[in-house]
Amino acid sequence: MASTAADSVPGSQRQPVYVFELPVRIWHGLHALSILVLAVTGYLIANPLSSPPGEASEHFLMGNLRLIHFIAAYVFTIGFAVRIYWGFVGNKYSRELLYLPVWRRAWWHDLIEEVKFYLFLRREAPPNVGHNALAQFAMWIFNVLLGFFMIVTGFALYGEGLGLGSWADAWFGWAIPLLGGSQEVRMLHILGMWLFIVFTIIHIYMAIRADLVSSQSSVRTIINGWRTYRD
Amino acid sequence: MPAHETFYEVMRQHGITRRSFLKFCSLTAAGLGLGPEFAGTIAHALETKPRTPVIWLHGLECTCCTESFIRSGNPLAGDVILSMISLDYDDTLMAAAGHQAEELLAQTVEKYDGQYILACEGNPPLNEDGMYCIQGGRPYVEKLRYMADHCKAIIAWGSCASWGCVQAARPNPTRATPIHKVILDKPVIKVPGCPPIAEVMTGVITYMIAFDALPELDRQGRPKMFYGQRLHDKCYRRPHFDAGQFVERFDDEGARKGYCLYKVGCKGPTTYNACSTLEWNGGLSWPVKSGHGCLGCAEDNFWDKGSFYNAVTNFGAMGGVEATADRIGGVLAGAAAVGVAAHAAATAVSRLRSSEAKGAQHE
Ligand code: HEM
Ligand code: SF4
Ligand code: SF4
Repeated sequence: MASTAADSVPGSQRQPVYVFELPVRIWHGLHALSILVLAVTGYLIANPLSSPPGEASEHFLMGNLRLIHFIAAYVFTIGFAVRIYWGFVGNKYSRELLYLPVWRRAWWHDLIEEVKFYLFLRREAPPNVGHNALAQFAMWIFNVLLGFFMIVTGFALYGEGLGLGSWADAWFGWAIPLLGGSQEVRMLHILGMWLFIVFTIIHIYMAIRADLVSSQSSVRTIINGWRTYRD
Repeated sequence: MPAHETFYEVMRQHGITRRSFLKFCSLTAAGLGLGPEFAGTIAHALETKPRTPVIWLHGLECTCCTESFIRSGNPLAGDVILSMISLDYDDTLMAAAGHQAEELLAQTVEKYDGQYILACEGNPPLNEDGMYCIQGGRPYVEKLRYMADHCKAIIAWGSCASWGCVQAARPNPTRATPIHKVILDKPVIKVPGCPPIAEVMTGVITYMIAFDALPELDRQGRPKMFYGQRLHDKCYRRPHFDAGQFVERFDDEGARKGYCLYKVGCKGPTTYNACSTLEWNGGLSWPVKSGHGCLGCAEDNFWDKGSFYNAVTNFGAMGGVEATADRIGGVLAGAAAVGVAAHAAATAVSRLRSSEAKGAQHE
């Protein structure tokens, strides 16, 4: 959280902090990779490539794309579950992306200051060790909420393939009538993919920008875990 | 009061032979996916149980359900079932007309209170107190409510009664409303499709009167025996889908070779119906077999999703959005990219300014 005491300490004199533990860094990599694979295969399921020639029995193009999509979906889902578990046992930063401390006034203050910073109304970013409030807000909406949405809609569609009464149908099948039918769920699943793409564009930009213009490390931090500071 | 007559007696009065009757029972057992031993069960039920009257109402609709029903591929089934139901009330099929016909409804309510099946084709429009569909001088919705109050269960025939269908398309000026949203206190069995397949209709109705029970329904209230799978799960073109071989245009080589119709908009992957197993007109053909994709006619909102010829469609539910998911998503992603580029440029400018300012201080 934004601490006023830290504000006064010059960056170059601040000690590096170990923010992202190894499981969090591994999860981040797997999560990013699975989203990339899911988005590419998913896009090709919705907009297939041109037909390979010859007999149908010689090819399994859509079949393989779907298979890869489902494998990546399991990586995404199990990774998500393990990540939530880590939020309970990991260090204090590991919980930041899983919930929004909307009951804390300091959090709202930090959110407003961050927005000001990105609107060029404030020159220096408010210093933060873990995620700043704005990043936390975006992470929560796009990873927790949207991630859940993709898992629910994805496994609901998966249950249609496995059949009525399958485990996926029993656990997630309710989403289909709730969201307006099978075609509607697919279209929302596709829209979810696009929202992930929007998030990724902004997320990568923000991370690189933070490295270049702020006083704290960012890209290196998710690789080696340490947040370092400079002036 | 004399004991109610049985179905069997009614059929015999209509000139159906015992042989035809037994044939009908075995065909129905097969059609319902039951073992041959159930033919006897059905026969026994129809011979001994008092006849359940079926009242068939018509709201806003095009009568395609009735047209489908009376063309049941198996003429026997058609005859048998018609002899069971036409006796009571069906605007299209009954002999009675005018006051006489309306009187039949009151008689049925009196005689069979809580015992008859209400089969609804079409739906009631609710705007202007239901004035968009007047029958016998009063709004259809009133007739529907009155008959529903006294019935045992309701069958919602077709996509009109089940979902609303084209008369409920945006902006739905008459507020055409599916049955389950008007009648809340009776079981509603949805038999969607535009129209439903004749054998599905006869199967559902026979099951209900022979076993005196509701068929097992899925989450959306459709009988599992006919709506338990998507067309895609049983489509004979599925190997081409899995191989990635698609028709791109209706006159291309792929179309001639019978490739999968997914890319020209086939909704088989999202449509629950029996077309790919029972097929149409007594198993003659079905849309995909004739080279055209499924329109998804048995699914909610199929009429409000934009083109029938795209795999990625508009959003039909929740008020509806007239753009495809890819269109909306592409615009959002484009906006994000432009926004990021603009922000990067602004950052560079602001850095430059502040370093100039710093430089000026140093001089
Ligand atoms: C970031 C996460 C994900 C993205 C970006 C993504 C993207 C997509 C896209 C664009 C489609 C095409 C929709 C269509 O036209 O049918 C799709 C289909 C599908 N996805 Fe995902 N998806 C994600 C996660 C998941 C998950 C977690 C599951 C769970 C099993 C899943 C299961 C499916 C299924 C079953 C289909 C339909 C494939 C078919 O029947 O041919 N997806 N996905
Ligand atoms: S033609 Fe339609 S139902 Fe058949 S495999 Fe292709 S997409 Fe599925
Ligand atoms: S193939 Fe599709 S559109 Fe055609 S009747 Fe069957 S469900 Fe309806």
